Order: sequence, then C-alpha cells, then structure tokens
Amino acid sequence: MNLETFAIIMGGLTIGSALMVIISKNPVKSVLFLVLTFFFISGNYILMNAQFIAAVNIIVYAGAIMVLFLFVLMLLNLSKENEPKNSVFVKFAALVAGGILFTVLIAALKDGLVIAAATVDQSDTIGLVENLGQLLFTKYVLPFEISSVLFIAAMVGAVLLGKREKQLID
Amino acid sequence: MVLATIFQNGMSIDFYIVLSTILFVIGVVGVLIRRNAIILLMCIELMLNAVNLLMVAFSTYFGKSDGQIFVFFIMVVAAAEATVGLSILVMAYRNIRTTDVGIFNNLKG
Repeated sequence: MNLETFAIIMGGLTIGSALMVIISKNPVKSVLFLVLTFFFISGNYILMNAQFIAAVNIIVYAGAIMVLFLFVLMLLNLSKENEPKNSVFVKFAALVAGGILFTVLIAALKDGLVIAAATVDQSDTIGLVENLGQLLFTKYVLPFEISSVLFIAAMVGAVLLGKREKQLID
Repeated sequence: MVLATIFQNGMSIDFYIVLSTILFVIGVVGVLIRRNAIILLMCIELMLNAVNLLMVAFSTYFGKSDGQIFVFFIMVVAAAEATVGLSILVMAYRNIRTTDVGIFNNLKG
C-alpha cells in the first residue's frame, strides 16, 4: 500500500467522521466524533511531515478544547429527547446552500492551481520544531507576545462570565 | 527523523484543496441545520480546522514555514474563542434553561 492510497483512505475517514458530527443526534457522540476528526486531521499533517502542528493539534484541540466542550455538555445535562430540531424545509435549504457553496469554492480554486504547480519548491524539513521555533521567535515574535494578551483577556472574560451573579429575579 | 512529504511522492495539491473544501462545507451545513448552540460552536471548530489543513498543505507544498506559524496562531485564537463562547453559553443556560439558538432570539432588546 503506497502513501497516496493511505492519504485517500485518511481523507475519506476524516470526511466520514466530520459528517457524523453533524448527523448524530446525541451531542456527546458529536463531541467524540469531532475528537476522532481531529485525530484524522493530525494523521494528514503527519503525511505532510508537519510534525509540530500534528502534535499541537492533538494536544490543544483533542486534549484541551474538546475536553472543555465535553465538560460543558455534561454540566448542561442535555439529552437526546430535548434536542432542538429544525424543520425539514430548513434542512433542505441548508443542504442546497452548502452544495452551492462547495461548487463555487471548487470552481474558484480550480483555476489558481495551474499557476501554483509551476513554482513548486518542496522541502521536507519545514514542519519540524527547529524550523518553526526559529521563525516563531524571530520574525513572528510580536504576534506571539500579543497572543498572550489575548489569552489574558479570554481568561478574565471566562472567569467574569462564569461567576454566579446574585439572582435579582426569581 | 525526517520523512519525505506526501507531495514528494507525487501527490497532487488538488486532493487537499477538495478535502478541506468538503470539511469547510460540512461545517457550514452543520451551523445551518443544527440548533444546539454547542454543536454550532463545534462546527465552527470544524471550519477552522479545514482552513488549518489547507494552510499546512500549501505551506508544505511551497516549502515555506510561515503557513504553519499561522496555523499555530489560529489554534491560539480558537482556544480563546471556545473558552469565552462556552462560558457565555453556560451563563445563558443558567438564565433560560436551554441551548436552543431559536430561543436565544428572545434575548434581543
């Protein structure tokens, strides 16, 4: 089995589990399928030799963000019975809109590829930690520092919002 | 260990363009057909990941690391967004006992 077949199988599994996220009625199943999707996406990163991004994707997305989602889901105590549903007409309209969006995006991206293929210059070490670290702490050091401010703001916001305020109306 | 990338084995970039477009469209359709606000946030994460996948594909394809740095920053922003979004959701749930976005409609002043 060569690498291309492997990539195609991996892509198919990614699409399948992403579809299950929006199809499955139980929100907990949706979260678990999303974790699975992130693992398959990380597999795709490894195929492209982006090892740092693959590791960070698993640690940050599957490890931190999805656990946060799962915690909130457990906290809210939602069940399959009181899951809100849209009407069939809205679902049909959404599917048509999604299909049209897909067609337009593919049609728009199709022509740019001819130019792209000519200037291809492939290197196999760019996804390693050494290269990315060099770039992150020299050229992109200012955005890196600013992102810490963003995290402080998000943390303060989350604590402020999550604090139980005094009930005025009972 | 340095492995050969998939593009050096003759894989076309078209595959990843189509794959990430499909993932993005799945995210958009998910936002449109579901009414549970948590699923909506998850579909936004799916869309962000579709963009990340395409960024890494092009970064590897052209041999420039900048795209992967941007993916790193997208992850940072996504983490912050998920935290604040979920805490707003928990607070809204405390007041109106539901996560149905159709009922959030009543919040307007």
